[in-house]
Amino acid sequence: MSNEIHVTIENRLGLHARPAARFSQLASRFASNIRLIKDGKQVDAKSILEVLTLACPTGTRLTIAAEGPDELEALTALQVLIETGFAEYD
Amino acid sequence: MTEKMTEKDNGGMLHMKGISASPGVAIGRVFVLDRRNRRIFKTYIAEHEVESEVQRLRTAVQKAGEQIQAMLRSMPDELREHIAILETHQLMLKDSMILDKSIDMIQRKMVNAEWALDHSLNHVRRLFGHIQDTYIRERIHDVEDVVARIQDILSGTQGIPMEQHTNPVVVVAHDLSPADTIQLNRKNVLAFVTEMGSRTSHTAIIARSLGIPAVVAVAGVTKYVFTGEDIVVDGITGDIFIRPDEDIIAHYTDKQACYIQHRQAMLLQSHLPAVTADGFSVSVQANIELADELDVAIASGAEGVGLLRTEFLYVGRNDLPSEDELFQAYFECVKRMSPKPVTIRTLDVGGDKFLSSLPVSPQTNPALGLRAIRLCLKEIDLFFTQLRAIYRVSAFGKLRILFPLISGCSEIQQIKVHLNSVKEQLRAEGIPFDEDVKLGVMIEVPTAVMMADLLAKEVDFFSIGTNDLIQYSMAIDRVNEHVAHLYDPLHPGILRMIHRSAEAGRLQGIQVGMCGEMAGEPAYTPIMVGMGLDEISMNADSIPKVKHIIRRCNAGLCRELVNRLLTACTSQEAREILEDFLGRYLPDERQLTHPYLCDAARH
Repeated sequence: MSNEIHVTIENRLGLHARPAARFSQLASRFASNIRLIKDGKQVDAKSILEVLTLACPTGTRLTIAAEGPDELEALTALQVLIETGFAEYD
Repeated sequence: MTEKMTEKDNGGMLHMKGISASPGVAIGRVFVLDRRNRRIFKTYIAEHEVESEVQRLRTAVQKAGEQIQAMLRSMPDELREHIAILETHQLMLKDSMILDKSIDMIQRKMVNAEWALDHSLNHVRRLFGHIQDTYIRERIHDVEDVVARIQDILSGTQGIPMEQHTNPVVVVAHDLSPADTIQLNRKNVLAFVTEMGSRTSHTAIIARSLGIPAVVAVAGVTKYVFTGEDIVVDGITGDIFIRPDEDIIAHYTDKQACYIQHRQAMLLQSHLPAVTADGFSVSVQANIELADELDVAIASGAEGVGLLRTEFLYVGRNDLPSEDELFQAYFECVKRMSPKPVTIRTLDVGGDKFLSSLPVSPQTNPALGLRAIRLCLKEIDLFFTQLRAIYRVSAFGKLRILFPLISGCSEIQQIKVHLNSVKEQLRAEGIPFDEDVKLGVMIEVPTAVMMADLLAKEVDFFSIGTNDLIQYSMAIDRVNEHVAHLYDPLHPGILRMIHRSAEAGRLQGIQVGMCGEMAGEPAYTPIMVGMGLDEISMNADSIPKVKHIIRRCNAGLCRELVNRLLTACTSQEAREILEDFLGRYLPDERQLTHPYLCDAARH
């Protein structure tokens, strides 16, 4: 069983280096296996390089799927990170 | 490149020329920083060696992480903004695409760690090659940096960690990434020489801010010079001499001493007023972002703050600053600058700076979008907080308000309505303020130039913002690499716009100034004088140079120069007229005026 959430990237430059770094860094803090899915293409959310290669400009709709002991916690945390625009000024 | 290489004899002295990016003269030993030619050999390992090879890789990664951590700790303050680059490197270092893939490769193919890393890097390169977003695609250089660091540790060459160099060297490289530049131990860098780059590239900017000579765009230099050889770098003219002979060394030792002496003399004189030989005076002021910069500005001889950018108070936080916070920040600047004036520009965000505290829906063309004064007039609370804070400070010192991105008279009329409400509020609350705070507008939208005669009746001063004025008038996005080279302050159309604005101001008897980058370029100073500008505002480090030039100018001759420039047909023609003037009337100031011209001539 895994859980999923849908999010939209809203910061101006999209999921560029710094947000991708924060995203993979946060994902790495959870034990669950976490995947980032865009148009059927899946990457490991804990790998900054994989997240970058997914190339998500602003407006991109993504699915985050998590499976593991702390999957709901992980999804909530990642959703907040994206919704707050990665708490960054860019 | 306009300049050809001249080789005296094989293995002998070699003279090459590039673009001078940061002035100064350096004589010293070369350190070549070049990762492109790193040779990686494929070595098969025995099955029983696999575990130790994996361990060797893990240890190297661990070490690389420690190196980065050490750099993060010792990061000098002026480079702190680049910290995120190194933090990203830390993540990439342990990324599964690099580490896990390489370990997998070692185990399955039984190859050495260096080769496995190279293989992983190539895989990432291919993936990144498909990314359309240039900004993200270029992060591949960070991945390359990280892999190079691990490979250096593995091979024991330690090519990059300049922090380990104890003797000062001239760093020669194909190109320096921001990460490279910040990792270098700047105490041990005598100069930078790179094959790539321009006067506005990262290396150039950092070199100037650190006061290290730099020559960029020296084609092929890494092929001709080796670590340990001697080199002379002239950051004033862009000349470099590899394996210099005694005559050259003697000549440049003199030049270096002269340059240092010249610079000190200029600093000593920087407090003298900037008055031309025929008695025309110009107020030379500083562009400031943080109150911390005031000391440097004052030491450089600034006669006021011509542009206080206020965006820094808003960025990097999730809420908006309160009126009291703004008051404190403005008060600090006004108090420390007193009795010299401070010109506070109202918030200019939305074009290239954005606030997380004030999300604006994505705009396809933010430079032409809801930004600067438009944003303030829409978000009235945001505007009122600034105006109230500014007026409150006006009771304590001399300040002026500058409004950005004004396109004509209607914005000013709207602003005045708001100003009246602010004043009424303050009066009702019994808060003291200066009733006569001077109001000014940035002249940076082409229609403001066309309306300058009428705008001049509405305000107390103009400040010509050349960066945006050039960008908007010439329809050139300066950060777009395909057209950036067309950006040219000497375009006759731009010169005419500046002239028109200055004339409109003069006829109405208001002060006219300039605060764009053009104002801080010593080669253009005679044009500013000839245009009759009352004040020019620039980065602090340009102030002594510009003041020095003004003192050697004759305003009458400068006016003739401007008259001639206004007849020029092309930028090239304008440049020739200016060069002729500088060569004729300011030949001794060539160190100051030449670097820019030789850069501009390549455009």
